Amino acid sequence: MSVALPTNSTVPPDGDSPRRIVARQSLSDQIFRGILRTAGIAVLVITAMILIFLVLRSLPAWRQMGFRFFTTSSLVYADKQFGVAALLPDSVLIALIALAFAFPAGLASALYISEYAPPRLRRPLIAVIDLLAAIPSIAFALWGFVYLMPKIIGTDTWAAHHLGFIPFLHFTQTYTPSNFVGSEFIAGLVVSMMVIPIIASLSRQVFSQAPQGEREAAYALGATRWGMVRTVVLPFGRAGVIGASMLGLGRALGETVAVSFILSPPTDTFNYHVLDGGGNSITAAIANNLGSYSPLGISYLLAAALTLFLLTLIINTLASIVISRSRSGAATEAD
Amino acid sequence: MAVAAAPGPDVRVHIGSVSGDGAATILGAGLASLALTWVLFERVLPFSGVLAFWIAWYLVFLVFYGVMATMQWDRQEAGNRVTAIGFGTGGALALAIVVAIVAYILAKGAAAISHISFITQSMANSGPSLPLGVGGALHAIIGTLEQIGLATLFSVPLGIAAALFLAEVGGPLARPVRTIVEAMTALPDLIAGLFIYVLFILTLHFVKSGLMAALALSVTMMPIVTRASEVVIRLVPGTLREASLALGGSQWRTAWNVILPTARSGLATAVVLAMARGIGETAAVLFTADFTKVTNLNPFSGPQINLPLYIWNYAHNEGQIPADLQRGFGGAFVLIVLVLGLFTLARILGGAAPGEMSRRQRRKISRAAAAQT
Repeated sequence: MSVALPTNSTVPPDGDSPRRIVARQSLSDQIFRGILRTAGIAVLVITAMILIFLVLRSLPAWRQMGFRFFTTSSLVYADKQFGVAALLPDSVLIALIALAFAFPAGLASALYISEYAPPRLRRPLIAVIDLLAAIPSIAFALWGFVYLMPKIIGTDTWAAHHLGFIPFLHFTQTYTPSNFVGSEFIAGLVVSMMVIPIIASLSRQVFSQAPQGEREAAYALGATRWGMVRTVVLPFGRAGVIGASMLGLGRALGETVAVSFILSPPTDTFNYHVLDGGGNSITAAIANNLGSYSPLGISYLLAAALTLFLLTLIINTLASIVISRSRSGAATEAD
Repeated sequence: MAVAAAPGPDVRVHIGSVSGDGAATILGAGLASLALTWVLFERVLPFSGVLAFWIAWYLVFLVFYGVMATMQWDRQEAGNRVTAIGFGTGGALALAIVVAIVAYILAKGAAAISHISFITQSMANSGPSLPLGVGGALHAIIGTLEQIGLATLFSVPLGIAAALFLAEVGGPLARPVRTIVEAMTALPDLIAGLFIYVLFILTLHFVKSGLMAALALSVTMMPIVTRASEVVIRLVPGTLREASLALGGSQWRTAWNVILPTARSGLATAVVLAMARGIGETAAVLFTADFTKVTNLNPFSGPQINLPLYIWNYAHNEGQIPADLQRGFGGAFVLIVLVLGLFTLARILGGAAPGEMSRRQRRKISRAAAAQT
């Protein structure tokens, strides 16, 4: 390492301008930094390659369908009638159902762990949330398919009878138990369990960073614990919670196994009556059909996958930007 | 603590402990709401369903508890208590889901696991309608272990190098890389599988194999390793870095001899947690691993199945054969046990702060010190 000493000519006579330090890196350091930089670039390259190859391989489908891909709902690729007009809103609907359950549950468990739990319980509970995130989605799928589905039909029937006046809970099929099986509501419920740990662990991390001084200030002004949480922790963590929910939404949109286990029979029209049996999603359509389709059919499925990839990439990138903004703590400093 | 000079022994105040009247209020509200819900469900309204009963009970309980709390305490305190109960339920719910799923899979899988053939045989000699006593998941277990091993081999060096880049090199490139890594962590695993399928199988005409599955798994695991490792590397005290640099160490010497060893425990946890996540990925291997009934020890050629694909194939048939569904649960049993094992390993490895030495490391140092004197 060599440090270039400042020459007098660059420093103004009375100024305190900082000295410019020029450190030349040794060869080994240059190689080392080069390797690390390559690893960093590799992440960008992989993401770009996913995009490029999905685009390349779905070109035949785009050529045939063009923009009609987004307005066609049927799934008959042989007749050039294949689009995501039903699959995409179905996916979004399932993800929103999942979020409707996972958001309150995830937020409540995050607040409990960071604010209410006794310190002795805190670490085990964090481990429980991590474990929930690590349970394979196929285990959730089996549990939801074999255990939850028969159990939930009673509640479904009740909701259809008594809450049917709410448009999306209206039940359009005949009231037999078998018609309640395989609905988008049940799929969303199972997916919500995979979204809870994402919302809970990210929100907890943000909540635990709420400044101690402001917490104590709230207590000193006579706030109860809930008062402190409401005025200090929640405003501090707002951006983080929003980001966490968006990441959860991305996760729910991409969930494959549980959704294709539960949704049956697969449909090709968008049906917003969530209790009706049957449904579909982008992921379920790909998982169920990729193995049996012809090359042209596969290119249609890849076009659907590209739509999903772009949607989740946008949602996730926005989410991580929101979270990284919140980390600076600017939310409270500005107030 | 004992600043007050009051005579007599100080009585320690337990902050946040449960008082008698608080517990009695919860109990009373619980019993009252249980009774009301029972009357509503069994006598008055035509409701049905076990789940609906407990949901209704919980809602009635919250209302009752709120009312009883406002009768005893002021509005602030009552709100405080009701919200505490609500958030506690959230924590309990997360715990309940974990316990319910793990217990259910273990209980249902026990039927298949109780046949020793399940972990000693492949499905080579087993037809579709044969009982559980014939055939098992040995080939899938071998496949899963080899594939997760390969995926770890691919994703960990790359992931940790990317984390070192983010934490130690930085620069204008670090920001987009970090954003993309975070977005990739939540990348649908189906997309990761499709990417490998499109690139290697459709474009480069590779054949489905254990290697392809391992590649798909490493695409999903790498961002997880990177993100968790970066957090750990950032925890290494800056003074250690500066000490190494002040002694004339180059940057890569500092990283290799100071930063990585200091963060070893956290890095190990990051790797093991990523393995636990990768081992159960199903959508990523749906199109990259190939279904087979026989054991294939070589992940580089020929079809090699793994546990998620095994479960998918045996449990996902529409015309459900009971023995096949039980095989699916048996596979899930093994998968959950593997995940729990990795998880326990992560907890054992982790927990140590950067620089905190294990007992063995301390012994090694004291032995070295004793040898010098």
